[in-house]
Amino acid sequence: MDIKQIQELVKLINKTNIGEITIEEEGVKITVKQKKDPVQHIIAGSAAPAYATPAAAPVAAGAPPAAKAPEPKADNLVTIKSPMIGTFYRQAGPGKPIFVSVGDEVAPGKVVCIIEAMKLFNEIESEVKGKIVKVLVEDASPVEYDQPLFLVDPS
Amino acid sequence: MFKKILIANRGEIALRVIRTCREMGIKTVAVYSTADKDSLHVKFADEAVCIGKPASVDSYLNMAHIMAAAEITNADAIHPGYGFLAENSKFAKICGDHGIKFIGPTPEMINAMGDKITAKNTMIAAGVPVVPGVDGLLESVDHAKRSAKEIGYPVILKATAGGGGKGMRVVWSEEEIEKAFDTAKTEAAASFKNDGIYMEKFVEEPRHIEIQIAGDQYGNICHLSERDCSIQRRHQKLVEETPSPFMTDELRERMGAAAIKAAQAINYESVGTIEFLVDKHRNFYFMEMNTRIQVEHCVTEEVINFDLIKEQIKIAAGEKIVGKAYYPQMHAIECRINAEDPHNDFRPSPGKITVLHQPGGHGVRVDSHVYAGYVIPPYYDSMIGKLIAIAQTREEAINTMSRALSEYVIEGIKTTIPFHLQLMQDENFRKGNFTTKFMETFELK
Repeated sequence: MDIKQIQELVKLINKTNIGEITIEEEGVKITVKQKKDPVQHIIAGSAAPAYATPAAAPVAAGAPPAAKAPEPKADNLVTIKSPMIGTFYRQAGPGKPIFVSVGDEVAPGKVVCIIEAMKLFNEIESEVKGKIVKVLVEDASPVEYDQPLFLVDPS
Repeated sequence: MFKKILIANRGEIALRVIRTCREMGIKTVAVYSTADKDSLHVKFADEAVCIGKPASVDSYLNMAHIMAAAEITNADAIHPGYGFLAENSKFAKICGDHGIKFIGPTPEMINAMGDKITAKNTMIAAGVPVVPGVDGLLESVDHAKRSAKEIGYPVILKATAGGGGKGMRVVWSEEEIEKAFDTAKTEAAASFKNDGIYMEKFVEEPRHIEIQIAGDQYGNICHLSERDCSIQRRHQKLVEETPSPFMTDELRERMGAAAIKAAQAINYESVGTIEFLVDKHRNFYFMEMNTRIQVEHCVTEEVINFDLIKEQIKIAAGEKIVGKAYYPQMHAIECRINAEDPHNDFRPSPGKITVLHQPGGHGVRVDSHVYAGYVIPPYYDSMIGKLIAIAQTREEAINTMSRALSEYVIEGIKTTIPFHLQLMQDENFRKGNFTTKFMETFELK
């Protein structure tokens, strides 16, 4: 099993609802786990009892920390999409600093990632101003044209 | 054999290649522009990579994007289909440089046949009949007069930088030549910024008859008989059939042998087609060679029961061809179904297909990438499907085609189905009396 096959597994997981996949072949065993926010599911569970008993209203107030995890993936957020096809990297090389993380501010011209194709490394710059809310692609995974890479809150 | 093939194309041909790959157990990668994300070839392939914006130059013609897609999916071969990059020698070379097999000929073979003058000279050297002409450009009216005397009237003046009928003049006698020479030069200068004109014999009432060939990496070449593609409008084929109603066994042997000679002259590898013009005396002349799979390959497949795409892939993988000639065992006709309005000068008609019912039954093959609800994008060519009818005789094939066309329901856009229906009833078409001039006098009711 080589790195490219592992990348494909990662891509497969990202695209589906599969939580975990294990593949075993020729003495090699690989397990890939979905890094989705598990908190999303917990919200559904805890919200119900909160509505059922008005007395538990203050408990519902406790839910917000979990509630912030499923971001309103809607109108106000801007998506940075891939302008090319290749492999997405969050840093210029192993050991080098990560370009941007969740919470970082970006402005037009700021390098947010590298996309590598055919041994050529291309720095991808943000065209928007705002704060990184989510990184949508795993480091070292393949991306296609127009694939969403980052969610940015422009407010 | 290849493990994974990336299809650098779209529409019905992408689907065609995916189908054969699936039968051969080869994984497929589809590439698509953002306009094609709901396309059938994207849904049918094992993997799909979006490679750019709708315009062809940003997507299907973008070599860097296609190569990147091949890299991230680990494709070991690329099938270019037809059109787009299929006859682009630079792309073929780039594939080779990256260790990805280009399913087609080598860059050198593509170049040998890509340049009209080089191709013609190669054919002359190989002893393949070409349209008689005069070497080089015409320098003056006098030169034109002397050349025409040498070739014999009627002659045709053509722009060396030309195409699409511009800068072309047919001259029937010496009285006409001065005016023809002057206007051809002026038109060529206006259309192509190059007023160079050369002269060839004008082949009267020509039929367009092409020979399918296949060659492997070991020097073996064979022919798979002819296709008659004379029904054309503005040099675009509308209907193709095999065998040609004008063919005889003797002519087929001569043309087959010439086609093999042409392919051998460049040591051709992969499938290809040699196009000939055939005059009313059954003299044939080399016109050009297409170094790729063609749209109309299906009619050949049906009459010899042969998968040309599979053969193309096998040849690319280093397998030998059987080497014998293939002859039509029955009759097949193909109608190209285009999203065009035949009642309004065949103007393109993109849009959403609201109702679709494809014909079926004995002797019917449909190669199409559209479905009910599909929106035909305006960025690409207008062909939405190929309808092929197969039968024991030509008359029965025409009847099957008429029946199939009458079952073919496509609503929401205009198509050329009404044109094909009328054509199948046309007396001259039914008799096999047609040349490339046929569409000039055909009137749609």
